[in-house]
Formats: sequence, C-alpha cells, structure tokens
Amino acid sequence: MNIDLNALLETYRNNPFEDYVLQSVHTGIINFKVQEDQEVHGPEGKWHQKPGTLLYTLERENNIKKIYSPCSGTIIDLRRDLNGSFTEAGVDLMSIRHRLDKDEVIDRILKDVLILFTAPQRARYLLSPEFAVKIEKQSQPFIHAGDEPIIMSLMKRDTNLVYSNTPGVIYKVYFQQGALVEEGAPLLGVCQEENLSYIQQVVNKIKTEWE
Amino acid sequence: MPAKNKTMMDSGKLITQLYDRATYLIDIKKSQDWGNIGEILNTLHQVRQSIFDLEEQVVFEQLEQIDMQLSELEGRLARSITPADIVNIVRSPQRFTLMDILENVYDSFTELGGNGDCNVDPAVVAARATVSRRVKDKLYTHQIMVIGHEKGRGEEFRNGGCAKPWGNEKALRYMHVAETEGIPIHFYIFTPGSYPIEDYPGAAQQIARNLYAMAKLRTPMISFISEGGSGGAEAIGLADMRLMASHGYYSVISPEGAAAIEGKIREGHKVPKELIEHCAAQLKITARDNLELGTIDRVVQEPPLGAKREDYAFFRRLRYEMIRATDEVVLQAKSFRAMRTYALKMNDSGSVEEFPVGVHWEMDRAEIRRLLDLRSEKYRRMGQGFGIEEKKGLLAGLSKAKELAEAGYYELRYGLIRPHEKNVKKVIAEVSSEGSTFLRKVTEPVRAMYEFVLPKTEDFRNGPREGMERRSIFIEEWEPYVSPLANEDRTITCPNAEKSGCQDLWIPDLYGEFCGVCPTCGHHFPLEYQWYLENLFDKKTLKEFNTHIVSQNPLRFQGFDARLEKDIKKTGRRSSIITFDASVNGIKLVAVMLFSDFRNGTVGSAEGEKFVRACDKARITRRPFLAYIHTTGGIRINEGTLGVIQMPKCTMAVREYIDSGGLYIVVYDNNSYAGPVASFLGCSPYQFAIRSSRIGFAGPRVIRETTGQDVPPDYHSAQNALKRGHIQGIWDRREFRKRLYEALITMGGPNLYYK
Repeated sequence: MNIDLNALLETYRNNPFEDYVLQSVHTGIINFKVQEDQEVHGPEGKWHQKPGTLLYTLERENNIKKIYSPCSGTIIDLRRDLNGSFTEAGVDLMSIRHRLDKDEVIDRILKDVLILFTAPQRARYLLSPEFAVKIEKQSQPFIHAGDEPIIMSLMKRDTNLVYSNTPGVIYKVYFQQGALVEEGAPLLGVCQEENLSYIQQVVNKIKTEWE
Repeated sequence: MPAKNKTMMDSGKLITQLYDRATYLIDIKKSQDWGNIGEILNTLHQVRQSIFDLEEQVVFEQLEQIDMQLSELEGRLARSITPADIVNIVRSPQRFTLMDILENVYDSFTELGGNGDCNVDPAVVAARATVSRRVKDKLYTHQIMVIGHEKGRGEEFRNGGCAKPWGNEKALRYMHVAETEGIPIHFYIFTPGSYPIEDYPGAAQQIARNLYAMAKLRTPMISFISEGGSGGAEAIGLADMRLMASHGYYSVISPEGAAAIEGKIREGHKVPKELIEHCAAQLKITARDNLELGTIDRVVQEPPLGAKREDYAFFRRLRYEMIRATDEVVLQAKSFRAMRTYALKMNDSGSVEEFPVGVHWEMDRAEIRRLLDLRSEKYRRMGQGFGIEEKKGLLAGLSKAKELAEAGYYELRYGLIRPHEKNVKKVIAEVSSEGSTFLRKVTEPVRAMYEFVLPKTEDFRNGPREGMERRSIFIEEWEPYVSPLANEDRTITCPNAEKSGCQDLWIPDLYGEFCGVCPTCGHHFPLEYQWYLENLFDKKTLKEFNTHIVSQNPLRFQGFDARLEKDIKKTGRRSSIITFDASVNGIKLVAVMLFSDFRNGTVGSAEGEKFVRACDKARITRRPFLAYIHTTGGIRINEGTLGVIQMPKCTMAVREYIDSGGLYIVVYDNNSYAGPVASFLGCSPYQFAIRSSRIGFAGPRVIRETTGQDVPPDYHSAQNALKRGHIQGIWDRREFRKRLYEALITMGGPNLYYK
C-alpha cells in the first residue's frame, strides 16, 4: 500500500477547517441570533449537557424552537435575507467553519489510510473474547483474513463477524463494548504491518506539531 | 499569667499559644481587619523572628503585651458574638472533634467498623466505649455505643464529617448492635450535611432508613450537636434527649446555601458576606434559639469563645452532661418518683465531677415500651403551635366530639369485632375442613346465624367489589377534567425530539387527550396537581380535612410573610400540603399531596403537622395511606430547624402507622428532593415514581458545590432511582389510577382494612 501521508497532512495544513452547512430543521419563521463571522461554540460539559450558542429561532404554530450550534467555529454564509421570513425545511441557513483540532485531524487521516471494518447493520457489538484478551495484552494485535474479531449482538442472537480483508494489525477500535453502533460506522481500523511505524510517526508528528 | 511563672515558661511554647489564639480570632471573624488582629499577628511574627536577638525579659514583656491585647479582643468578641461567628467557631480547625471526645470523655474505647482511612466511611465513627462515675467510694462503669461524625484533624479523607450513604448505613448497623446488647447510644453530631450522592444505599434513602429505625430503637439514645447540618444531622439525631453545645449550630441549611437561595446568586458567583451574616441570624441556628424553639432539650455550656481540643474542663462538663442525660432518659422510663428523687439530688450536688447517685442503665421490656412512648410524645410535640388556627367555641367542641366518635367507632369495628370475626371464621373453617357431614350439620346453623348477625364483608381476593362487575376500572363515566394548560393554541416540542424523533405536539391534544404524555417517547410533561385530584380518585369522594392548619412565618424571617401571602393568593390554599379522604375504585384511603404551586412543595411546621394528623387518621380509621408528591423542594428553609424536626416527627408517625399494620404507599412526581425524601417519604417500603420525574437528596448545583464533581443530566431520573433500588417501580401517568388500585389490592391484600 502506498500512502503519501505527508501529502494528506499538507492538505489539512492548508485547509484545517471543515464547513458544517446548517439547514432549517422544519418550516417556520426564522429569527437569526448570530452575525456573520461571529464565533460560536458547541455543546459543553462532560455529557454535552450545556447547549452551544443559540443560532436562530424557528417559529411554527406559535412554537418558538431554539436551535443551538452543534460545534464550535465561525459563522459564514449567513442567509441574513431570510431573517423574519417563512422558510421551508431543508434550506441552507448558514455554515459553521469549524477549525479541526489535532484529534479530529488524526481521526480523519486514520479513516483515510486504515482498512476499516464497518458495522454491517445497526446492532450492539462486542470484541470476541480471544481478541479482547489480545488487545488488552498486546494493544495492537495481528489480524488475518478468516479471523472472527467481533461479535454482533442483535435480537438476542450473537453472530461472529469474519474479517476478510488484507491482514494487518488492529490499530484502532472505534466502538465501546456492548454499545449500539449505527450501520456503516467503523468498528476496527486495521493497518498493514509495513505501514505501521510510518503511520505512528505521522500521528506523533501531528500530536506534537498541530496547534 | 503571673510574671514569675512566665519566666519559667518556654517562650517558644508561649508564642505558639498566642499564634493559635490570634489565628482562632481570624478564623472566627474571617478577616485580619477586625480589631487590630492583623497588627497583633505582625508583632507576634516580629517577636518570633527576633527572639534570639532580644533579651528574655524584653521578649516576655512584648508577649505579655500581646497576651493582654488578645484577651481584650477575645472579651470583646465574646460579648458581641453573632450567629455567623458561631458558624466559624464550629468550622475552626482548633475546635474539638469526636476523637477528642472519645479520648477525654470516655474511660476507654474501641473503634468499630474501621480505623482512620481504612474505613467504610471515615466521616462516621462508631465505637464501643466505657464511662464510669464515682458515687462516694463506689465506681459505676457503663457500657456505651458511641456513634458520630469525625471532621478530622486536617484529614482530607474524613470529608469534613459529611457522611456518605454507607457511613450512615454503618451507623445504623451499630445502632442495632447496641439495641441487641441493651446498651445506650451516645450520638455526636459534627456534620455540615450528608454527602449528597445517590449511589446505593442513597443519601436520602439511608437517612430515611436511619430515622425509621431510630423512631422505635429499643435502647436509650442521647445526641449531642456541635455542627448540625440538616438531614445529615438527623441521620443520627433522633434521640430521646438532644443536647447542644452552647457554641454549636443546628440549621436547616448552611448560611451560605441560604444566602445563595435568598439572594438568587448564580452558580460560581460569590455570595456577599453581609448576606451570609444576615441569613445566619435569620435562620435561628444557635443553641439558645434552638432551645427556645424546642428543637433541643439542653445546652452544654462551653468557654466564652467555644471549646477547643485542650479544654479539659469542657470535656469533664460534657461527660457529666451525657451521663446525666442518659440517667434522666432511663429514669423517666422507669418511674416518675425515681426521676424526681434523682433531679432533687442532682440539683443539690452542683459538681460536675461527682454524682450523688448511681443509676443502672439496663431496662426491662415494660420500661422500654415506656421509653418508646415518651420518644413518640416528644417528637410529636415538636414544632406544634406553629401554624395552627385552632377552631373556637362550638366548632372546636364539635370537631373534637366527631374525632372521638370516629376513633371509638373504628376501634369497635376493627379493634374488637374484626379480630373476633376473624377468630370465629377461622374456627368454623377448621371445623368445616374435617369434611364430616355430622359436623357440617352442626356448623351450618352456627355459620348462618353468625352471618345473619354480622353480614359478610367484601373480600377483594375473591372477586370484584360490589357494584363493580359491570364497570371497567379504566373507563369512568364522568365528564373528564381538562387541564387549563390545554387552553393554548400552539404546538410544543418534546425535550426528547432530537433523540427519539418526536413530532411537535399541539398543546390542546397534549394536555387533553394525551394527558400530558408525548405519544412518541412517553415523556411526561408536568401537569398541575388538580389534574390528579380529578382523575386519580373516585368522583365526589374527596373530602379535605385539617384546612385550619396554615403555613406561617414562625421565625419572622424577613420578607417571608409577603411571599407566603402571595402564594396564598395565587393558590387559594394556605399550606403546601393537602390532606384528604378519598377512594380509588371503592377502596377508601387517606391521602396527602405536596404540590408545587405553594412554596415549591416545601415542608414546614404546618405541613408536618398536617402530615402527622393525616397519618394518624389513617391509623385510626384503618385505611391505606397514600402520599402523592406532586413536587417537593425539601424542608422550608425559612422555618429553620422547625422545618428540620418535621423529618423525625413525620417519620415517627409513619413508623407507628406501619407498625400497627398500615399500608403506606409513596408516589413521586415531577421533582422530589431533600428532607422529605430523606425521612417520611424515603422510609416507605413501597415507593413509586411517575415517569419523567426526578428523585434525589440534593440538586445538581449542591452536588457540584459540595463534592466538586459534576453529575450527568439524568442523575436523579426515576429510571436511575429504580436502578439504584430507591423506588420499586415507575408508573405511567395515564395508568396511575389502575396502578394504584393494583398496588392497594396486591400490597394491601387481606390487610387492606387491617386488623
């Protein structure tokens, strides 16, 4: 596998942002509570129990719904012309230019370069006892095609999932034991053994250098 | 101190003593600006720095000067001591702790259930101790169980004497040990409050269990309060005699907490010192105030600025007072004459070293019964006279006569006839079961005659009640009550909309047909208490009583009269509790309801008294007792300790009701927190919650401020309370009536109209 991690990293360095386009959640009269270029913050607290910045209110049937910012960043492309008017659902209202932090960059790079083993359907997932022990002891154990690293638990039935991709080491486990995982969400990130040290170097580089 | 002694004294030791005295004054006033204490401290510092450069005579002269200045300040402070100063005295690191008492008051002791930080909860210390007294030439040694809070000497692991739920559980365990062994218990209360966590057994629920057990613990109990912080204090405070340190405080809430509430101070903002001092004075927290309010029995005098660790004279006084209090509790239960003789001799004695008489603390069954009766009387009397508008003249006479007639009727019906009826039935059943034709011939006429004299009563176990055969218990034939909340033309968003995908709800639908319940996720929106009055009980069966007991402002808390007046005007009610007779599908019961619109459902003297009277009514009329808690914000802080003592008082009534065979069911709704949950509600064996309600000891803000840890948003949810074992089930509001009926049938069973 030929990975140009430096090029990938450079892409993120040149544009360390991700734009979240916010659309109206339903019809209603919009009243914006933010300005263009205003800094907003996302939910805070250990359990994200404190809502983010109030972005706008949407009034429908005398019900004034408050919509808060889902992430931190700067408001761009604010449709000020819609203020005070009736709007359909799904209309682009604004974007939040979110600056990626180092964990988010690492996460995105890893998702690009690792071989992802994804959830075949919405279910609860567990590591098989064999792999749970291996991960505990070795941290990054080896996985071959034909191994059964994960158990899918659905409707009181446990099904072993077979890994059928390129062999490598389990670099990252994306789910928590027994947690509900949506279909298509990554469960394991597998890295080819020859790329392991290289990826590790890049990750360390991001951790130390990214601001 | 005479000059000739001073020269003999080690100057270093003298400086340390003066430093301690100066820092003690700073601790009390929380400032170096008071008096010239800052200057004195500087001078003392300079003397210590230059002690080897100065002549000994000069050093002592300067120290004597400082000593005089400090004495003057101490005298000045003692003459003008304020409640806020007393709070600071109690919190001073120089104040005596439980370990000092164990070492200096008792002859010997062995700590139980842990030692130091190797302990289930280091904030609670239990110890078996011995204490002796000399009567002339004879030495009497008594065995004691000592249980109390240990604030620690700067030991972080003690949590400043805040007992965790398992610490209170430990206390209860050793109370039962003392009960088994028949030895008295001495409680020492040194707590700013209980550690407010919900982990099993739960702060509130464990305090409730302790109170429930202490209400009828078959051994004499004496408590001594130095720092009595609300519910935490009550966990080991329900005693036969309550002593209090003259420089201690006993309060419903810390002055800082009261100030934050009164001043509506936002979390994280500093509470003004003046407001804290004002609240400390308003809450009536001092020993003298509590003695006047009748929430304690006696004050143990301390030195003018409070006792410290080395005040051995105070420990001798405390030892004397604790022994004397135990003597009195035991003798009161033994005989009036013995008590009178003892009191006379003690009055003549006047010494705190010697006792003129020896008293054996062992008690027989009859004496213990008397002890429990006296305890019950004591707590039932507490807080009475605050909030009762007595009926006058003919009305009062009629009311009394009605009560007596009612009591007589129910005693006759359930006390005399019912047991007899049960016995006769049992004999007939036994004889009939022989299957003998001959015997049946004999028993049938007897049975027929018996049933003619005493008509057959309904038995819920064998089928539906009379008149209910054609009627569903779910469908009622009256016009449904519609919440006034439904009179609004708009939609509302369910709080779980994002998570559960709930559609917006049209308010007339939500509060009408849906009974305030989201049809998608089942979230329960709050409804007014009238909805329950109208929908839970059989139509036209509600009969409210004790409406003449009204909430007042017994402590003359500044500004509280106006707030009470406003709530009376708003609700048309005069207390936050409604007590009434009602029936559910024909089953008669006595019910109480704490509701949110009046002082947020807080409990004060009037509410406590109404609760106790309702509980007694349920006991006399042999009916199930339902406590539906629409909302309770805890004990009403504006009534100070008069509010706190409603915890033991109401728990006592509940205990007596349950002991006499009653069925007590508690149902929580909306928000139920603090004192009531930690006493007369939490002690029920059958507690349920309406969905989406929250139950706990302290709210998230108090938890954050006291423990320094944040709690998840669903920390107090009914689901989590169920997981922790605090409640026995969660009911849907739409099925409340059905569930309540089922509970009455299944848990009441044959004892529904008991005995």
